[in-house]
Amino acid sequence: MIALIARELRIAWSGGGLLLPVAFFLLVATLFPFAIGPDAALLARIGGGVAWAAALLAALLPIERLVAHDVDTGVVDQLVVRGWSETSIAVAKTIGHWLGFAPAVMLAAALSAALLGIDGTTLIALEVGLLLGTPGLAALGVATAALVAGLRGGGAVAGLVMLPLALPLVIFGAGGIEGGAGALKLLAATSLLLCVGGPIVAGAALRIART
Amino acid sequence: MTLTFTEVTGARGGRVLFAGLSFALGPGGALWVQGPNGVGKSTLVRIAAGLLPPAAGSVARGGAVSMLAEAAALDAQLPLAQALGFWARLDGTRDRLPSAMAAMGIDPLADVPVRMLSTGQKRRAAIARVVASGAPLWLLDEPANGLDTASLDLLEAAIAAHRAGGGAVLVASHVAVALPDAQVLAL
Repeated sequence: MIALIARELRIAWSGGGLLLPVAFFLLVATLFPFAIGPDAALLARIGGGVAWAAALLAALLPIERLVAHDVDTGVVDQLVVRGWSETSIAVAKTIGHWLGFAPAVMLAAALSAALLGIDGTTLIALEVGLLLGTPGLAALGVATAALVAGLRGGGAVAGLVMLPLALPLVIFGAGGIEGGAGALKLLAATSLLLCVGGPIVAGAALRIART
Repeated sequence: MTLTFTEVTGARGGRVLFAGLSFALGPGGALWVQGPNGVGKSTLVRIAAGLLPPAAGSVARGGAVSMLAEAAALDAQLPLAQALGFWARLDGTRDRLPSAMAAMGIDPLADVPVRMLSTGQKRRAAIARVVASGAPLWLLDEPANGLDTASLDLLEAAIAAHRAGGGAVLVASHVAVALPDAQVLAL
């Protein structure tokens, strides 16, 4: 399992390590002050939500090659012949995907705090929320990637499938910033549900794609 | 028995490719599945590997299986030795990898990234993964594809050594591969 996770992480970081998701997140975070103007109060008000939207997009970035590539090159077949279940492959991919983007997103969120006028306490709430919510995003990403693996133009469809399903995470994540442990608990619960369900869905999708 | 097919029917996309197929492959045994393209050789290999369920009948495997498929399943950006090393690590046979690479004549390519290799070199690398796996049953789907005469000799020598050590091999190929005393199954 560790060898498989290490491989996922190596592939995730092959395009420049943490740099790519960090740069992407910062770019999205930079767009908003330009788009809505340098009103510090307004930016501080929407900053947490912007950070969550950017995290969601960063999780969506590698989704097209996350599963489809391994199906096409026969890696999944070779793993199954070795006795790996599709679900454990999906679990390894989820952990690898999470390690690939979540630490970068959390680092970038801290860097972009100044851009978006997020203060210290809000930043802590945001980081706690990201820590709880990004595993769910990763699981959702892998499940979506497995579902669209056989489709042409799977990347675009993946966005359409994943973004609505990620809404609860964004709602509770942004709610957690507003204050209230209740939102964070709901965020954790949603994330947990996705972490359990995601690999099962992804595993089933891989099995159906094969037979 | 290393591999037993009992009255197996193979279908792909709802179309029956072969039906009522029975054979048994024991230690040291070899089976050459021959036939033209599209007749169901790859489907038979995938059923034998457990990747596809048989439409009817049953398949029994005696132990670990190593499969050579059309796709190489090697990470393109890695040097060859590392790409093969990933699989050897999963198989727990890293110590066997250097000799397997030497047996297929790809040891000089150890530091070359997989994406720079030719079709035949990738094929030999995929065969080396099978050789290194130590699995008692080899399932080889069109192993001769892309191989030159010298490489074909290496493949035949590797199969002979595997069989001499008590291993079994199923070769699906539309061209002849030297398999002394093999059962022949024409689809």
